[in-house]
Amino acid sequence: MLSRTADCLYWMARYTERAENTARMLDVNHQTSLLPQPKDFLEQSWRKLLTISNLEEVFMSQYDIVNRENVLDFMIYETGNPSSIVSCLFAARENARVIRGKITSEVWETQNTTWLELQRILEARNQSDPSRLLEWVKHRCHLFRGVMHGTMLKNEAFYFMSVGTLLERADNTARILETKYEDQASLKALRAENKTSDDEAGVDFFDFYHWAALLRSVSAFEIYRQIYSDQVTPKQVAQLLIFNKQMPRSLVCCVNELIPLISEMKNQQSKEIERLLGKLKASLDYSDIDEVFSQGLEDFIEQFLERINHIADEFSSAYLIPLATA
Amino acid sequence: MKLPFDEMLDATGKPRLHYQVFHDWLKQQSDTLMGLKRAEADLIFRRVGITFAVYGDDLGSERTIPFDQVPRIFTAKEWEQLETGLRQRVKALNCFIYDVYHDENIIKAGIIPAEQIFNNAQYRPEMRNVSVPRDIYAQIAGIDIVRAGEGEFYVLEDNLRVPSGVSYMVEDRKMMMRLFPDLFQKYRVAPVEHYPDLLLECLKSVKPDDVKKPNVVVLTPGMYNSAYFEHSYLAQQMGVELVEGKDLFVKNEQVFMRTTQGPERVDVIYRRVDDDFLDPLAFRSNSTLGVAGLLSAHRAGNVTLANAIGTGIADDKSIYPYVPDMIGFYLGEKPILNNVPTFQCRKPDDLAYTFANLDKLVVKLTHGAGGYGMLVGPASSKAEIEEFRGHLIANPDKYIAQPTLALSTCPTFVESGIAPRHIDLRPFVLSGKTIKMVPGGLTRVALQEGSLVVNSSQGGGTKDTWVLEE
Repeated sequence: MLSRTADCLYWMARYTERAENTARMLDVNHQTSLLPQPKDFLEQSWRKLLTISNLEEVFMSQYDIVNRENVLDFMIYETGNPSSIVSCLFAARENARVIRGKITSEVWETQNTTWLELQRILEARNQSDPSRLLEWVKHRCHLFRGVMHGTMLKNEAFYFMSVGTLLERADNTARILETKYEDQASLKALRAENKTSDDEAGVDFFDFYHWAALLRSVSAFEIYRQIYSDQVTPKQVAQLLIFNKQMPRSLVCCVNELIPLISEMKNQQSKEIERLLGKLKASLDYSDIDEVFSQGLEDFIEQFLERINHIADEFSSAYLIPLATA
Repeated sequence: MKLPFDEMLDATGKPRLHYQVFHDWLKQQSDTLMGLKRAEADLIFRRVGITFAVYGDDLGSERTIPFDQVPRIFTAKEWEQLETGLRQRVKALNCFIYDVYHDENIIKAGIIPAEQIFNNAQYRPEMRNVSVPRDIYAQIAGIDIVRAGEGEFYVLEDNLRVPSGVSYMVEDRKMMMRLFPDLFQKYRVAPVEHYPDLLLECLKSVKPDDVKKPNVVVLTPGMYNSAYFEHSYLAQQMGVELVEGKDLFVKNEQVFMRTTQGPERVDVIYRRVDDDFLDPLAFRSNSTLGVAGLLSAHRAGNVTLANAIGTGIADDKSIYPYVPDMIGFYLGEKPILNNVPTFQCRKPDDLAYTFANLDKLVVKLTHGAGGYGMLVGPASSKAEIEEFRGHLIANPDKYIAQPTLALSTCPTFVESGIAPRHIDLRPFVLSGKTIKMVPGGLTRVALQEGSLVVNSSQGGGTKDTWVLEE
């Protein structure tokens, strides 16, 4: 397969996954912002959403204040923001258009229809309810993956799309976890400072909604209940999203699925990726949530992000950036 | 003025025999239903992404080519005449290209003046004495044909560089079958969907001699090209790679493509990039669409380009007037298809005639294509004609003039209902081990009332073209 074709397949899948995750992240923030909470905190949680994607600077060059409306506008519609949903869906469709001959017409038509429907949504931009739009984005991305699994040959093209999806997903789950965890910490700090008259029950009540929203953002609320049949605690939430092998968006699950894909697509330059992935898997396999917490969750996630992105870079240079004239 | 020939109705307004069944069917269809079918077709074309970019429009804007659901129908007999004529013409054109890059017999015989060839920008001295497989230069030819009357066909122009439109021929057929399946029970329409198979067979048959299993690719300028849909469509239908210039490189006069498993040799390139952009080392040095060293690999015989470099010499409008003579010269046959009488403005007499009759003639640039830079005398205002006269005085060598043909019309579904509109036809001729064609072609229709310009870049539409089986 042409390296350029592989590149388009990979990015088509990555951008689709990113659009979905952006939608998930916005949705959870939107939902939690409707809960009663301190005003400072509200602003902080929207700001945090920008910082985890390194977008604060671009945002501040276009908007005066960080609030729900502005961040939603920026993260959904702004074409100057490469991670906005519109930008991601556009990039996914452009990539699909280039290699439409390498995907089934069903996959192409799904991408193209998403884009065409988005045009209509953009026309009615100000009336649309963000929750409905975000639902729609998730639904279209699910449809894309379903059509991909249901119609494509399980060949190299499929592998490149899968690798793109998994690398993006691992990155995003890690980022969502990090943001929300920090949110929670800063909220606690705020409360301690203010020593408000909030009764303890109220705080717990908020905690519950906060973590429940996080779980919902990765479609894991019901899964959590099913697995733990217990109240929602930060530690178990982190455990589920990092270590659960069966949970499709967990870090371990993404890494485990990547390994056989990479070994399936071996070439002369893939050794290093296999080694890095193997190491990452081993370090996850031989760790547990207690160790993560004693290391510090933030620290752990930073490291994970660094490693998974290093793997993505290696993957690009082994397969996607045209091999040197041999 | 005499009414133009109508494909469906004869001079008395009665349907022609082969249109009778369709005519009766059409009478039963309401305008509302036809309107709904039109909208359905547009929706499907958009969803499937069968779109066309129009130059000079906003960057990235995409349009569908208007599709008209009234087919253009040929009888088997008419088609046989056309097909024989097309084969003959393309065969002679390939002989001509070989000749001008080798022995120059047609010049020595005094049939075409030497300066007409060697001063022509389309002549590529780089191709002198270069052998190409089977001596075929134009493997894919799109010949534009118009009809002026019963059995009276004219070749309007030969397209031997990178003719496009064949994907619409196939997609229009699919669309007709989808919208009106019942019509295909009333008529036995010869299929055209196997065109990509014939194309692949043709491309493989012109592989370099030393290659056993040729690796065929389609070379596209990229997704912003107006015909990108067609490039990717043909690659997919043939099951070959669609490559851009940057995917290829030349080493030791051999062409390779960059794949995820390392370099892979390429043997036949169906290129949809113009000569000028093919190789920055040989032609335009600022081209990013081509492959450095491609010409050297082509000259060394290590890769076949379809079409070969330098075919433009045979489809240039200044060479067109000589095609009937070529058929006599190379094949010893009488031309089956007519040329449109052509005045060469480089000749003083012809120029004088052109000046005197600008309001009646069609004047074209010899190197022009796509309906750009032409004057349709009868349809132009006095001011437009005067402006064009200025161009003509400045550069008479660049123009030819032809009488305005009464292009035939075909009933077409327009806003006011079914009404006649002018059409032409572009059949595709594949030259490899043998010459092959599918029975049909792309019928283009000028949607404006009275307009003779059918090019999609000028707002023309397309129709399905039926060749009936006996």
